[in-house]
Amino acid sequence: MRLKKNFLLFASLFMGMSCTIAQNKNNDVHIKVPTGFSNSVVADGVGRARHIAITDKGDLYVKLNRLEGGKGIVYLHDSNGDGIYDQRKSFGDYVGTGIYLKNGYLYASSNDDVYRYKLDANGLVIHPDSPERIVSGLINRRQHESKSIVLDNGGNIYVNIGAYSNSCQEKDRQTGSMGVPGCPLLDSAGGIWKFKADQMNQTYKDGERYATGFRNVVGLDWNQKDNSLYVMQHGRDQLTMFPQYYDEKTSANLPAETFYKVPKGGNGGWPYSYYDQNVKKKIISPEYGGDGKKEYTGTALDPLVGFPAHMAPNGLLFYTGNQFPEKYKNGAFIAFHGSWNRSPELQEGYYVAFVPFKDGKPSGDWEIFADGFAGVEEIKTPGMAKHRPCGLAQGPDGSLYVSDDSKGTIYKISYHK
Amino acid sequence: MKYFILSILLGVLIISFSSFRDVIEIKKSAPQQKSTPMTRGKVVYTQYCMPCHQVDGSGVPNLNPPLINTSYVLGSKATLVQILVKGFNKGVEIDGDFYSNPMPAQALSDQQVSDVLTFVRNSFGNKATAVTVAEVKALKSKLK
Repeated sequence: MRLKKNFLLFASLFMGMSCTIAQNKNNDVHIKVPTGFSNSVVADGVGRARHIAITDKGDLYVKLNRLEGGKGIVYLHDSNGDGIYDQRKSFGDYVGTGIYLKNGYLYASSNDDVYRYKLDANGLVIHPDSPERIVSGLINRRQHESKSIVLDNGGNIYVNIGAYSNSCQEKDRQTGSMGVPGCPLLDSAGGIWKFKADQMNQTYKDGERYATGFRNVVGLDWNQKDNSLYVMQHGRDQLTMFPQYYDEKTSANLPAETFYKVPKGGNGGWPYSYYDQNVKKKIISPEYGGDGKKEYTGTALDPLVGFPAHMAPNGLLFYTGNQFPEKYKNGAFIAFHGSWNRSPELQEGYYVAFVPFKDGKPSGDWEIFADGFAGVEEIKTPGMAKHRPCGLAQGPDGSLYVSDDSKGTIYKISYHK
Repeated sequence: MKYFILSILLGVLIISFSSFRDVIEIKKSAPQQKSTPMTRGKVVYTQYCMPCHQVDGSGVPNLNPPLINTSYVLGSKATLVQILVKGFNKGVEIDGDFYSNPMPAQALSDQQVSDVLTFVRNSFGNKATAVTVAEVKALKSKLK
């Protein structure tokens, strides 16, 4: 009798457990995608999954922002072809964000350095424990420390070096503190640096500052259509530090998160200006004499799109596949990590957006493509969000993959005719 | 007669308007609760701390540290006072996660520091002793 009772208890516990696993795997949030698209969870619990890269065979490399078992890169493989990544291997003893595949190499970045790993014919890393260090000693002062990477078709690698400051104030994030004249940190940060992809042990002196005036770029991609670099900038926080010009609501909705095509020598305008998406103008930052209205007349690129404020664009991908309908071809997907700097207003973002492109320019309004990652209707704090979109990759079959750096879930979004 | 009725109407209007005003004034002053370190601390928290540390003290992953059940909040009062008064720009590791945003020095009175620290140490599930104004004064004098 006692045995039977124990068995029942055990059986119910076991059933409860398997239910929980099933729920974690598929049903903990409902991702909304356009009609004709489907989405599925292809991996879960991977860790703090930042950027991702897919091989020609469909294997996935994931860069982690926190070590799991002492490792910072995860390799995922689907051994039985059911679409779920059932095999994992880890390597790389450093945290970071950037990961990219090009010409038989896997490139990955820590918050200070950039490495590469030679791949075999199957896209497997040959020497996981001995990468080649391409670049080292990049500025990392914690704030905006991630080094996102992308390669062009001419053997160059582009590395974002974020500004270790919000708005280059004398005292960072201090109410009323004015901007440092000539913002000196731009000499080694707040821009995109270009290095040789196949040259070992480069430092700042071996690279070139390809573009400047970008506070922090996490999402960037090389557009194969027009052979150009495109970036998404994280706009500045806390305009309320100048309450004479900005109330809480205004500060929650300014400035825009901006999307740029970046030519060599391009300037994003940070910290001297920001983009106001409501009036569609570049405005002088309050730290540099602005009053919320004065237009900026200095040199700065005009953004292609001004998205709502603070949504944290962490992933950018130009879609080159043939699976999705024609309107998506050569357009840009953007993974918005989701805001924190909007309180007391509700937080925004936590979705993947799409911008249609034609002839190298946006050809229509941006739209939300995949939503619901947060899993709650009203997002009051980022901690409430169950998942946060971060990295994007395009599979060999043209499906779109989205990583989540909160729970380490990898989503696959496909179109069915 | 017409004017008589009109003036009565006018009179009624004035009286009802003034009594309406009275109601508003009463309502304004009615819900005034007794001011405590917790109620005052919440006001300070909302204005100065909430934008980064969030309404529930949960912070922002990778950026702004949580204020829930950490040694920073529940531990040394001297460290806490120093962080508030002098600001903080060092690597913070809590439960294996790192937080990267700097905290600016806060221009608060001793009373405000006492109130907000008492509030934070007794909100979001935290339970720790209050930080008195005398303690703030003593700890601040050691900072200089």
